[in-house]
Amino acid sequence: MSDVGEHVVTEPEEDEVASAALQRSRFGITGEVIALYAICVFVALAIAAICVAATGGSWMNVYTAILDGSIRKPGRWGLTLGVSAPILLVALGTVVNGRAGLVNIGQEGQLVMGSAFASYVAVRLGGPGPLVLIIAMLCGIVGGAIWAGIAGALRYYRNVPEVLSTLLMGTVAANLMGWGLRKPWLLLAPAAGRANRNQVSEPLAADTRIPRWTLFGNEFPISVLAALVLSIGVWVVLDRSVVGFRLRMLGRNPKTAQRSGVAEHRYGIGAMLVSGAFAGLAGGIMLAGGDFGNYQLVANFGAGIGFAGLLAALVARQRVIVLIFVAFLFGCMRTGTGFLTATGISGRVSDVVQGLLVLSMLLPPAILYVRERRRALSATSTRV
Amino acid sequence: MGDFFHAVGHIASNASAYRNAVIAAVVLLFAASGELIAEKAGTINISLEAMMLAGAFSAAIGVDITHSAWIGLLFAATAGLLVAVVQANMSHRLPADQFVVGLVLNVLVLGLVGFLTSSIKPQSAVVRRVKIPLVSRVPLVGPALFDQPWVLYLIFPVVPLVWWLIYRTRWGLEVRAIGEDPNASDVSGLHVNKLRRQTIYLTGVLAGIGGGYFLFARAGRFEDSLIGGRGYIAIAAVIFGGWTLKGTVAGCVTFGLIGSFVLTIPSLGYKSIDPAFLAIAPNVVTVVAMAVFAKRVRQPGALARPFIRGLK
Repeated sequence: MSDVGEHVVTEPEEDEVASAALQRSRFGITGEVIALYAICVFVALAIAAICVAATGGSWMNVYTAILDGSIRKPGRWGLTLGVSAPILLVALGTVVNGRAGLVNIGQEGQLVMGSAFASYVAVRLGGPGPLVLIIAMLCGIVGGAIWAGIAGALRYYRNVPEVLSTLLMGTVAANLMGWGLRKPWLLLAPAAGRANRNQVSEPLAADTRIPRWTLFGNEFPISVLAALVLSIGVWVVLDRSVVGFRLRMLGRNPKTAQRSGVAEHRYGIGAMLVSGAFAGLAGGIMLAGGDFGNYQLVANFGAGIGFAGLLAALVARQRVIVLIFVAFLFGCMRTGTGFLTATGISGRVSDVVQGLLVLSMLLPPAILYVRERRRALSATSTRV
Repeated sequence: MGDFFHAVGHIASNASAYRNAVIAAVVLLFAASGELIAEKAGTINISLEAMMLAGAFSAAIGVDITHSAWIGLLFAATAGLLVAVVQANMSHRLPADQFVVGLVLNVLVLGLVGFLTSSIKPQSAVVRRVKIPLVSRVPLVGPALFDQPWVLYLIFPVVPLVWWLIYRTRWGLEVRAIGEDPNASDVSGLHVNKLRRQTIYLTGVLAGIGGGYFLFARAGRFEDSLIGGRGYIAIAAVIFGGWTLKGTVAGCVTFGLIGSFVLTIPSLGYKSIDPAFLAIAPNVVTVVAMAVFAKRVRQPGALARPFIRGLK
């Protein structure tokens, strides 16, 4: 009896001590987090610099070239915005399926499908330009959603890991578009308007293109604004709505979700459809936005935007607002590469920097998680 | 469609088609036999692609420096191992998602190799062909299997060795145990994540050698598109094979045959079959095969599920 009594008496004190320790550690943890991220990013950039130096280049030149090409030179940040918009859209979709605990890595293919659907419809459909544009974008959305939806359906009805099916179907989509670009009845432009043997689709008519907006001498399509609005929408749905909560529940623990009334099939496949839809829309605005080629499809139209969006989502760790900045950063890397040729260094260096940055961004949360668990374990062991 | 069957017949009597098939299958088999062990332990390494590419590139560099295929292969294995070390430690020491890590590694290695080849141009690496007497005189299949660069012959011991490792050693038993039920294995004293890391290291070495072999088989000219998705096909072969060694070999041979078909058909002058359909054939076959078999085949119980003690 006395044992129990003692315990009851001492408990409040212990709690106070514990909460004080928690507060202190919370301060400590913020500092730690910032330091960790800083160290990781620094190491990543240092490794990239070493790579450049090892091949005889100057890393200072590379960084100034990327800065010049993405922001500083006149007209460049408009272009960067135009390039960032599809990256942002793809990443938004990736956040949706990530919240549901699904791994979609076939955005590149979904994007290509979206652009192919949009192009097919936009070129053939007659009528008022803006209406055609909207219908074409919707078709892009459908194209991307179908491509991801197949993987989602296979995941839930046939137990096929969605990681592999999305990945494999990415290549399939790219090749299918290549095939479409050889068939005049599908995507190939009529022979009159193009150089012979040039496999391109018919350019969109002037009135079915996304209007471009000029601001301080920088020009970008208004789809940039649409992407921003959509990201706010995604934030609201994912972080402030029942649907978002259910998706998160499904991602954290499918069994709990199932038992509290979240239909796994419906929400899971839904998340994949939305994810693909965003990638498809990204493909559509790439086609109609004007920053990627001449409003027409070419072979290898995706140009790695799907992968960039996927990586952006990974770096932002599924936080929508962070995503906007990361997408812009990745856009900078892309447009900055255009200025690299003058320095005599291969544009591929931006892939290296990007990859290293993403890898370094994966480390801090993982390290913090391990330390948090150690702390928690040691706390329980002292109490017992 | 008639054209298609005619082409099949034509290819079945074409010696170089067999050679291409063997090359394509053996590359996949090197990588897939490693990946099979890793998947038995409950991990999926998307970074297989990166391991193979790093292996091929390093083999080219190694041969360029030392003019020795042995050293080239050693370079290849080391490079594969290096990628594996990053993959294993980030996803099975630290709790980063294995698919995410693998994917980023693929992007990073492809970028790195592309960047380096733009300034370093390794010379062609030529490896001596070794003809095995008698068996190499069997028509069609003989020269394809037994009159090849000697690196190919490494696959003949590797496959039985992998079988022995998985099914006849204590280590293999432990690996299979952690792949089926990591929690129970943990309680009975196995170090789950350590074993998983070891399987990934082994995968890295084998995939690296596979990449190196492919470089030699393709007359030694390195391009950054050399591997071009074969790592993914190798993963698909393991799944296609239902996580058995026999099935994995069958999967690699099947995809090798498809690959050879793709490669040989344009040179025989069949124009009506679009190259795009040939290129996607392995992927489509895999997705369909997974859709048909994935429910019937028993996959390792904890496949692709990270192990963190205390969390189910």
